[in-house]
Amino acid sequence: MPEGRIYSPGHAVAVAGFGGGSRQVLTALAVLIPSMLAVGLFVYVFVAWTGVISLTTSRFAPDYTFVGLSQYFKLWANDRWITSVANLGIFSLLFIGLTVGAGLVLAIFLDQRIRAENAIRTIYLYPMAISFIVTGIAWKWLLTPDLGIEKLVRSWGFADFKFDWIVDPRMAIYTIVIAAFWQSAGFVMAIFLAALRGVDSEIIKAARIDGASLPEIYRSIVIPMVRPAFLSVIVILLYQALRSFDLVVALTNGGPGFASDLPTTFMFKYTFGRSQLAQGAASAIMITMTVAAVMIPYLYSELRHERRR
Amino acid sequence: MNAVDSAHLGARPRTALPTTQQRSDGFAIAGRIAIYATLIAFALFFLAPLVVMLVTSLKPADEIRSGTFLALPVAPTLEAWSKAWTSACVGVNCIGVAPFYLNTFLITVPATVLSTLIGAINGYALTQVEFRGSRFIYGLLMLGCFTPYQGVMIPVARTLGFLDLAGSLSGLVLIHTIYGVCFTTMFFRNYFLDVPKELTRAARVDGAGFFQIFFAIMLPMSLPIMVVTVIWQFTSIWNDFLFGVAFTTGENAPIMVALNNIVNSSTGEREYNVDMAAALLAALPTIVIYVLAGKYFIRGLMAGSVKG
Repeated sequence: MPEGRIYSPGHAVAVAGFGGGSRQVLTALAVLIPSMLAVGLFVYVFVAWTGVISLTTSRFAPDYTFVGLSQYFKLWANDRWITSVANLGIFSLLFIGLTVGAGLVLAIFLDQRIRAENAIRTIYLYPMAISFIVTGIAWKWLLTPDLGIEKLVRSWGFADFKFDWIVDPRMAIYTIVIAAFWQSAGFVMAIFLAALRGVDSEIIKAARIDGASLPEIYRSIVIPMVRPAFLSVIVILLYQALRSFDLVVALTNGGPGFASDLPTTFMFKYTFGRSQLAQGAASAIMITMTVAAVMIPYLYSELRHERRR
Repeated sequence: MNAVDSAHLGARPRTALPTTQQRSDGFAIAGRIAIYATLIAFALFFLAPLVVMLVTSLKPADEIRSGTFLALPVAPTLEAWSKAWTSACVGVNCIGVAPFYLNTFLITVPATVLSTLIGAINGYALTQVEFRGSRFIYGLLMLGCFTPYQGVMIPVARTLGFLDLAGSLSGLVLIHTIYGVCFTTMFFRNYFLDVPKELTRAARVDGAGFFQIFFAIMLPMSLPIMVVTVIWQFTSIWNDFLFGVAFTTGENAPIMVALNNIVNSSTGEREYNVDMAAALLAALPTIVIYVLAGKYFIRGLMAGSVKG
């Protein structure tokens, strides 16, 4: 910082103003305290409160009869919970894999001096402005067997074509992957595109002169250079997958039966539908801990990285 | 002080990558065609649901049964739209989406304004005045942004009941404001971080106080991030479903809850055209924002995620 060089009258004032600086600090603290208290209460105290409820026998209303961890044992012995956790695994893996793959390919393709790039980008990204409920409703309509894609393909002459995943308990979870992919692929493309634009084009030119082909350059030079973007994208998508709720409600509502439930819809149904508050709380704590395990290291490394600048 | 790190995503000037255009052999041309074909195929994939919804919403019921969803309406009609607006059944209440539209504005506008203003002054307090622990406070706020709502829903429901705000619009305003403040603070804080400290120091030397500096210098300067924040908050609160479905009932429901109820109302024959018109109506405000201010929307998207 360019300090201690100018010996002007203003310097003396600046030093004297240092006392005013501590008043500034107090004002800043006073400004921050209400938000700190609100977030402290509504996030940290409330998560702890949920944790307390998960240790009780609460059903319709909180009932502070403590039973240790038995709600958690009950939870993990529940088929519906196990199904929802397995669904989350399938959903996260496919959703992240497909979205990252398509997002990267689309970004690389869009980075080849494409005509009408802006228009294409606008089309790819608009799903992010639409609510999950609307997305779910649109895809539910497209996936309804007797009216949607199945009917369309049959009208082309493939009379035996079958596409009824949305009503098939074994396949319903995959319809959620399709809709979630539709919503987020453009966003992932945008992150990768921004990262690609940050790669120095001189490096690529040099490799080109050395006779490397474009696919080679991307595989061995460009993609390794945008590795930080992969980490961000995967964390964001994992976070999104762990929180997915609206989309499932609108598309399948967890059905048929509970075949496409996720932990979030399980939590909601047990808490608000079946009045099993303690079970809902136990599942909520499992979700919160999983998200924390992903986000705390990520945010910590982001902040540490920031410190160095 | 180091050079200000201006790594705002998407703001970099286009670098001229060498393209296959520079090679004129047939192989390169084939590659170029494949690239365009892929990009166009995906554009159609992303557009399809919107187009299908629009087409379906303009069809009379019998055309939906007889044709495929790609068939254009033979006798286009706005009947489904007017029914969706005024008389579609939300549960047993056949009043259309109009009243829920109003609800959602009454929730979204105050919550957006409040959370943006609080975020602005918080962001300023966190950056321009350094004190021990300001980074730690910021870290806790940021972690708060990313706490899944499932973890707090039961206590929120109890608290709203205790405050006599259960099921009310003001209850939702309160909740959206509190959980929005983490994000808005983060946006403004990251923006103000790049403002040279000399600027505020000079003003302080001239005797300006904390709030004077904020209102006279920082707030006018923050217009771009304010637009980003307002759009981000408006979009996420308008599109909210979880809080709406958990903390409101009946006629106080926001639009997404009402929409989900319309589609799942099981009285009589399913009216897909009305469902689609209602869904498009619900999506309209955020689509309009996206079309008018897409640049700011995308910047918010990036800031809200990458710069976690």
